[in-house]
Amino acid sequence: MSPAVRRALGLAALVALGGLCAWAVAGLPDFGHPRGPYATAAVRASLRHQVNATVGGVTFDVRGIDTLGEELILFCAAIGATLLLRAQRAEGQAQAAVERHEEAREQAPGSLRGLGAALVGPVLVLGAYVLAHGHLTPGGGFQGGIILAAALVLVYAAGQIVALERVRPVDLVEVSEAAGAAAYVLMAVGGLVFAGATMANFLPYGQAGMLLSGGTVPVLNVAVGVEVAGAITLIVTEFLDQALLRRA
Amino acid sequence: MTALTLVALAGVAVTGTLTVLTRKPPRQLVVAGFFGLNLAILFFVLGAPDVALSQIVVSTVALPLMALLTLARFARDEEEDE
Repeated sequence: MSPAVRRALGLAALVALGGLCAWAVAGLPDFGHPRGPYATAAVRASLRHQVNATVGGVTFDVRGIDTLGEELILFCAAIGATLLLRAQRAEGQAQAAVERHEEAREQAPGSLRGLGAALVGPVLVLGAYVLAHGHLTPGGGFQGGIILAAALVLVYAAGQIVALERVRPVDLVEVSEAAGAAAYVLMAVGGLVFAGATMANFLPYGQAGMLLSGGTVPVLNVAVGVEVAGAITLIVTEFLDQALLRRA
Repeated sequence: MTALTLVALAGVAVTGTLTVLTRKPPRQLVVAGFFGLNLAILFFVLGAPDVALSQIVVSTVALPLMALLTLARFARDEEEDE
């Protein structure tokens, strides 16, 4: 088939696909209209357990079992990536590479190091805020956890990789990942023990709008946040060690 | 559909096209970050702030970071081969 024929065929297919897409989009209902029956039901179900953020109420209360699956997927993915990356290097090699890198890093631009160092504190606070208010405002464990992990990356951007080795000892990162996952599973079992159903909301609901409200939802948010922060930090550090190993 | 939605959609279309047209991987990652940010704005405009937050953290923190580290590793491998 000659290039010209191929191009004509490709263009014709694209035009047909574009037409179909436009037809499909034109037939969609307007944004937010009509309200589906589930929208109203979800808001009512969340408020019954004193959760203001309906999305948080759905992910951690109504459909908490789905979130348990997602959490374990991330847990397995982080462990798999770590196992694969660690198999490729000998013990102690990473530490030596990290030290060499720190010496080279002394020449990093001062503005970059300053900006990275200045942002670490605010980003940590933002992460903790997003994590703790998951049942009140948009946000929650997943988003807050990744923001917390980003704070550690900023430490690296500031050139303090040796300091990074000190603030994120790999053991602690691994333990926090495992502890987050275990806490979520325990909360699921807790529902079974105290309320007769897995993932049931068995803690006192409190008053909607308060920091301590929504029963198990804020607890699950914190569990997910710790797990996500640990998993992302673990993956990033393993990649980082890999990248540094080659810098000799 | 409001004017705000149209602007957000246009931003997604422009940055998405730019991402495809950028050929150098490191530069493409930066452009892809802006694409993700535009998607987050679109989600926010459409009334999904939770999805917007996830989009921001994944597309501007997690994804570029891991891709950049992988690229750095490949660059080292090539240096050693030379």
